[in-house]
Amino acid sequence: MIQRRILSGAAGVGVLAMALVGCAGGGSGAGSTTNGGAAEPVTLTMWTRSVTAVQSQALVDAFNTEQNGKIKIDLTVVPFAEYLQKVSAAASGHNLPDLLAANVIDGPNYSKLGLWSDITARVAALPFADTLAPAHIAAATTGGSVFAVPHVLDASSLYYNKILFEKAGLDPEAPPTTLQEVADDAAAIAALGNGIGGLYLPGDCGGCLAFTLFPSIWAAGGTVMNQDGTKATLDSTAAADVLGIYHSMWANGSMIPESRNEAGATQNAAFEAGTAGFALLGSKALGTLKENDKLKIGVAPIPGPDGGTSTFVGGDVLGISSSSKHADAAWTFLEWSLGDAAQLDIYAKGGFIPVRTDLAENTYAAADPRVVLINSLVKGGQTPYSPRFFQTFNDAQGPFLALVREAIFGSGVDSLPKANDAVTASLEAGA
Amino acid sequence: MARALAAHAGTGPRLSDVSKARSRRTSRRAWLYAAPAATVLVGMFVVPLGLAVWMSFHKWPLLGDSQPFNFPANYTAISDDRLFTAAVGFTVKYTAIITVVLLTLSFGLAVLVQESKRRVTGVLRTVFFLPVVTGLTTAALLFLGLLSPSAGPLDDLLAHFGAKVDWLGQPTTALISTVVMMTWRFAGFYMIILLAGLQAIPRELYEAASIDGANRWRALWSVTLPLMRSNLALCTVLIVTGGMVAFEQFYVMTRGGPDNSTVTMVMTIFRQAFSQFNLGVAAAMSVVVLLGLVVLNVVQMRLLGDTDEVAR
Repeated sequence: MIQRRILSGAAGVGVLAMALVGCAGGGSGAGSTTNGGAAEPVTLTMWTRSVTAVQSQALVDAFNTEQNGKIKIDLTVVPFAEYLQKVSAAASGHNLPDLLAANVIDGPNYSKLGLWSDITARVAALPFADTLAPAHIAAATTGGSVFAVPHVLDASSLYYNKILFEKAGLDPEAPPTTLQEVADDAAAIAALGNGIGGLYLPGDCGGCLAFTLFPSIWAAGGTVMNQDGTKATLDSTAAADVLGIYHSMWANGSMIPESRNEAGATQNAAFEAGTAGFALLGSKALGTLKENDKLKIGVAPIPGPDGGTSTFVGGDVLGISSSSKHADAAWTFLEWSLGDAAQLDIYAKGGFIPVRTDLAENTYAAADPRVVLINSLVKGGQTPYSPRFFQTFNDAQGPFLALVREAIFGSGVDSLPKANDAVTASLEAGA
Repeated sequence: MARALAAHAGTGPRLSDVSKARSRRTSRRAWLYAAPAATVLVGMFVVPLGLAVWMSFHKWPLLGDSQPFNFPANYTAISDDRLFTAAVGFTVKYTAIITVVLLTLSFGLAVLVQESKRRVTGVLRTVFFLPVVTGLTTAALLFLGLLSPSAGPLDDLLAHFGAKVDWLGQPTTALISTVVMMTWRFAGFYMIILLAGLQAIPRELYEAASIDGANRWRALWSVTLPLMRSNLALCTVLIVTGGMVAFEQFYVMTRGGPDNSTVTMVMTIFRQAFSQFNLGVAAAMSVVVLLGLVVLNVVQMRLLGDTDEVAR
């Protein structure tokens, strides 16, 4: 901190010296004074979660270079498990950074607590306002006001192994279009035996299960919660159909047995090793999974029980903290980060999903039709809205994980009505 | 000390003044010596403890800063938390198991090392003690890896014999796996404590016992165990206290699963704080657990400590 102050002080002295030199030289004096008088150099602070570190850093570096000292962003990457604690401590001490990112599911919570400033008018004035990932904007909107913009997108989709498809006599270019077909294909692949399994599910990770199961329910036109996220609707027929298909996959052995204990940390492992026909993963996996002679990756949208598709648009949103004294400079960054240049040259080029639906097809994505597919999912995707989402759905001892485990690995979907009440009780607890 | 000085002071008036002054000086110096430790104790223990108690009287969300006084809402919330009441039962069960297993095994190891040939003694002691230098979380991660069906060698090994065990997927096996890990990690530590006790017993007592016609079991029962009471008491107190506040081993190995069957009390506190963002209730739970531990330890000290004094 002190060091930075000294540095910026030194920079100030340097600028002053240069201005003096300019004056002494005479000639171009007028030009340099207008430049110097435009704005004082601003240093903004920004916090993001470790899970978005690569993308956030790339953005900030490009921005700092482009601004050339006029606005400088100091990015702090916080381990995701400690993020809320750090934000909470800073909020009570009024020490929030100028730019504050949040897991998109925490959006309603941050808005409600007033951690962000209202940027409704600024967002509405953007020429591309309508194209910003609708699910993220919905999650960042509370009481009709927008508090944050999409920062990093992570959309869930259905990954399948083309090599195992061929071995099982399935067409690798025709992925399943209904969840029932997924189950049938998984059974065919599981029949190969020899350590090969049909589908791998992160069966002991609440957040992962919401990310991978909800899209099928949405695809069937169902909901997981009511409008304001205070009541669960997981006792609907749509939910019962989806969970029922997974239950049958578990019962007939086309789901890999280790799925039951998978807590998320190794959820890519079986698919990457080429021993799983299907896995439901986020878009980031496409960049990290390495193809080899046992794995050729195909990507399809997550289907509903009888067709339709949807995706869970996860990731992070970014807002201007309510205590920031540099809201205009902070908005300059937000606006720039959503512009064509940043979206194409940093997001698309780096293999990240553009946060604007009008840029789903671009020159960088065109090289890989799977990327185009994932990008295009964002438009129809959803992000669940509830101020108590994390406490209810991500909790390892929470009611949602218990609901899914009982329905898939336990007695089946008859347990849903009672379990749904427990989820509702947790959603209501904070209200 | 003070009484001794006072008695001494009674011998003469002049001497009394001198020794009073000296005693004052000594006491002042004693406080000075104790000050650094006392500062640390107050700063690191008393203040946080007071803060926790204060938090437990308030509605204290992790995010947001409204903190109205709400005693006793946080405390009544505890009894409504079915997870916590279930966790109390599980924690007691785990503590009972780990106490019996660890005490028996480390006592056995201590006897083994004591009775072994001199050349082997050092080797055995080192081997049994080695796991102690591993961090608890590291050890838990190590076992998590070993027991993992996809990454660990154990399942492949068992598959050769046609066996398959779901190490962490069933409530009973998950508990057993964790107890095995804890035993591996801690048996050496308690062995060293018990070994010190064993070595302090004079050989003559065993000779006397054997002259009296006692066999090995009788000697163990009537000589070794009574004389090791204080060491055993120390081990028991440490193991029981450690068991009641168990966290890392289950957090890493089972995360409370499968299906909340291995949730300990401290895990529910952690959950209230960092998953439910309810620091007030978490603080109230901590206070309740602390009071429970104080009572438990007082009882243990009475049972184990007093008789020790008599034996001496």
